[in-house]
This record gives sequence, structure tokens and C-alpha cells, in this order.
Amino acid sequence: MLSLFIVSGLGVLAMIAEIFKFKKYVFPIVLGGLIGALVSIYMEWQHPASYPLFDNMIVFDRLALAFSGVILITAFFWFIFANDYFEEESNVVDHTALVLFALTGALMLTAYRNMTTLFLGIEIMSIPLYVLAASKKRYLASNEAGFKYLIMGSFASGFLLFGIALIYGATGSFDSEEIRQYLANSKGSVPSFFIAGVVMMLVAMCFKVSAAPFHFWAPDVYQGSPTVITALMSTIVKTAAFIAIIKLFMIGFGAMSGVWAGVLAVIIALSLIIANFSAAVQSNVKRMLAYSSISHTAFMLMVVLANVRTNASVSAILYYSLAYSLGSIAAFTVLYNVSRKGDESIDSFNGLAKRNPLLAACMAVAMLSLAGIPITSGFFAKYFVFTTMIGTSYKWLLILAVITSAVGVYYYFKLIIAMYFKTSETNEPVFFETSNKVVVVLTTLITLVIGFLPDLITGLFAY
Amino acid sequence: MINGISINMYMVLSAILFIIGAVGVMARRNSIIIFMCIELMLNAVNLLLVSFSTLHNDPKGQVFVFFIMAVAAAEVAVGLAILSMVYRNVKSIDTNLMSNLKN
Repeated sequence: MLSLFIVSGLGVLAMIAEIFKFKKYVFPIVLGGLIGALVSIYMEWQHPASYPLFDNMIVFDRLALAFSGVILITAFFWFIFANDYFEEESNVVDHTALVLFALTGALMLTAYRNMTTLFLGIEIMSIPLYVLAASKKRYLASNEAGFKYLIMGSFASGFLLFGIALIYGATGSFDSEEIRQYLANSKGSVPSFFIAGVVMMLVAMCFKVSAAPFHFWAPDVYQGSPTVITALMSTIVKTAAFIAIIKLFMIGFGAMSGVWAGVLAVIIALSLIIANFSAAVQSNVKRMLAYSSISHTAFMLMVVLANVRTNASVSAILYYSLAYSLGSIAAFTVLYNVSRKGDESIDSFNGLAKRNPLLAACMAVAMLSLAGIPITSGFFAKYFVFTTMIGTSYKWLLILAVITSAVGVYYYFKLIIAMYFKTSETNEPVFFETSNKVVVVLTTLITLVIGFLPDLITGLFAY
Repeated sequence: MINGISINMYMVLSAILFIIGAVGVMARRNSIIIFMCIELMLNAVNLLLVSFSTLHNDPKGQVFVFFIMAVAAAEVAVGLAILSMVYRNVKSIDTNLMSNLKN
């Protein structure tokens, strides 16, 4: 609860920094505030308030707190990484404020209980991101990315709202707990427009997390946006949208999984195939990471499909989102520094192992983690997801996931091979800001630590 | 029944409006018209919410409409700002010109 207030307060503070001339102190204040928010989450974790607040609008139970923690940890590293980029821009504090407001929306999504807060959380998170995606004003690519993101985002919101309206028509309520009660009482005989509403909400949420066949905007938007914003979109936004999906489908509509499970299985299968095979042929690293994020989406959706409301599946998705977010932050930080001159192709990584041995090693660990190779956290992330799927009737999907993961290994290793076995014209090290080095090394260390000790995360929901 | 008209009619009308909006977003090439179509989609939702709200005799649906209106206004404000930025760069608002992002 307190974390939501702290983050939105920081956003307002960052906005007035320009007027009251304390621009220089915004960065330390934001980092301090984020640490404060993390501490408050830790305190609330000890005594979780599982009762809803504000007329049943939000509830900060342990599920919400755990995911808020993942989002805030990612945001903490992201701010250290992005500080360097922001300094090159003329209006630093506006960007900071926009990111903080997007973060507020993300935290709201972890804790929503009413459809109103779901809708507002998504919009509070998305609208600042439209602006941020288009924030390189003079570059047409960035404008185009912002525009496409806006159109696709509002289009998806339209579907989400139509779904909410239909569900309201059937149940007479926006409260997800009351909708669950309604489903439990109706014993399967719900009006057909209720089912249409659920499917429309599923489509809208798949747009938001960019699952195929609703993924077509993602590669363009990821490529056109400034790299730091792409990092934000593929980590924090994804985690927040996922917790929203979990709460909506596993908890809210869990009782009628027969209706949406089939649709979701097709979406997952398409995402796995399209994302992995498209990523394999990309030469632009940002675009490749965009497709890789679509395939990770498919993996996370598998937990929703399994639809077993146990602590194991909650910790599987928690672990996955943390492992994926940290790996992505490391990868995007290295990419940002390597592509400073504008070349984002795989060839720009040639010979990085000779030029920057430490950072190349960190990048290699991040790639191994995203590919799911043992001893990194990515392996256990995939392992936990697969174990939740074992008991279900979707074993064909499991086989498909393993096969497409093998394709995934191919394109992640393309980057590692470029770094270690190819030579570049210059042996000059790529310039990295100290802050960026710290981010890359720290995220890599955490990736390895939670890879060695997965109990650290899975133990949170062990009782 | 609301004023002697069955609720199904209201649902059909909003569905038609919504589909016109959705098809418009996908088919039209002028950015302003695309924005108008998105507004049409959102207003179809508003109509649906208000009619259900009257049917259930429950004000929550109408309150939700206010949220949608406020958010739609914010979205269009951002959208038009991005659009004017695009116009400054290419002197056009045709979406066919926005296809530079490819591998």
C-alpha cells in the first residue's frame, strides 16, 4: 500500500523539480524512494493486510506484494541504467516523472480487485509509455513506434472495455470477487454474452503482453523506441500485465476455464512458433530481443493455462518474471552501450570479449539465462513452468515448447558466438558508464545467485 | 426491457458501433480518422455500460463511463501530440508513410 503512495509521490516530486530547481537531486531522491518502497513492501510482507482497501478497489495481499517487489527491484536497476541516457536529454525530469507514473500504474495492476482499477492501472501504465516511446522527437522511427503503440494500445483497451461491459451486464458487478461468486453460483449456465466478454478480455490482455497473433506491433515498437524505454517495456510492463492476467483468469474466471483454455492454448502455440522462428532470422538485436520477449510471454502464459491455483504455480511465475526481467535489463544495458553509434546489428557485438571481457561475460550469462541453460536462473524458470504443466492435458504444448526452446538456443548463441569467436576491426573497448557497469554486473550476479539458490524466491510461497 | 425496448437491441446497436470502429481502425489510412474510430469503439462501450446500468438499476456502470471518458480524453491528447510530431517530420498524416521499421 505504502509503496504505491511513495512511487506516485515521487512522480509528482519529479514533476515540480524543474520549477523549484532541484533537478540535480531528483536521481538520488528517486533511488532512495524506491529503496524506501521496497522496505515498506518487506514490512507489509511480515504482516500482510489481506483485506481490501478503498471500497474493495485494491487489495495488497502477499501475491500483490511479491510482484510489486519484482517490479520495484527491476525499476531500481532500470533507473541506474537509464540515468546516463536521461542526462543527454534536455528535459530529464519529465522523463523521470513519466516513468514513475507508469510504475504507479504497474503497482496498481498488481493489487487491483475491481475492474475499474484494472482498467485505470492499464491506462496509467500505458499512456506515459506512449509518450516515452515517441520521446526521440526528431527521429521518425521513434515517432512511428509511439504512434503504433498508441493505436494498438487504445484498440486493445477498447476490447478490454467491451469485455468488462458485457461481464457487468451479466453479473451486475465490477468486483472480481463478486464475479467469482456469480460463476460459482451459476454452475456453468452463464449467458453467451458473458462468455464473449471473457474472450474479449483475453484478446485484449494478449494484445497488452504481445502474444501471437496479436504481437505484430511489438517488434516495430521495440525497435523504434529508445533502447532504455524498450528495456522498460519488456520488463516492468510485461510483469505487471502478467500479474493482471493471472489475477483475472486464474482467480476471477478460473471456474470457467473450459471456455478460455482452448483459445489460450492456440495463442501459446502460435506465440512459441512465430516468435522463435522469426527471432532466428533477425539481424537487428533489438528486434531479436522483441521476438524473444514474445516467446517468454508464451512460457509465462503456460502457467495460466495450467490453471492450478497452488503456491507452486504462483512461485513459478514469480520466479520466471524476476529471472526474465533481470536477464533483459542486463542484455539491454549492454546493447544500449554497444549500439551507441546507431548500429544495432549482431555484427556490432563482434569481438566484444576481447574489447570488454567482463561485460561480454555478463552478456553471455544473460543470454544463457534467457535461453534457459542450467546454473542460470532462466533454466529453473523454465523448469518450474514445465512442472506446473505436467499434470494437465496439454502435453503436446510442452513438447512444442521444448522444441522451440532449442530454436531459441540458436539465436541466443548467435550473439555469444559473435562476441567470442568473431573479430572486429578495432580492439578499442566500448565505452561504458560506471553506473551501467554496476547494473550489468549486479543483475548478472543476482541471476546466478537465484540460479544456484532458487529456494530464495520459491520459498516465499512455500507454506 | 428499458423503455419498452429489449436489452438485446441495445447490445446489438453497441456491437455494430464497436465493429464499425474496429474495422475503421484496421482499414483506414488517415490517422485522424483512426482516432475517430477508436473514439467510436469507446463510445459503443459507454452506450453498453449505460444501458446495462439502467437495466440493473445500479449507478456503478455510469460511474465507469466517466472513467472511460476521462481516459479517452487523455489518450487523444497524447495521440494528437504524437501526430503533430509525425507531421512535422514527414508533412503528412498518412499511415502508409509509417512503415520504416523493418528488419
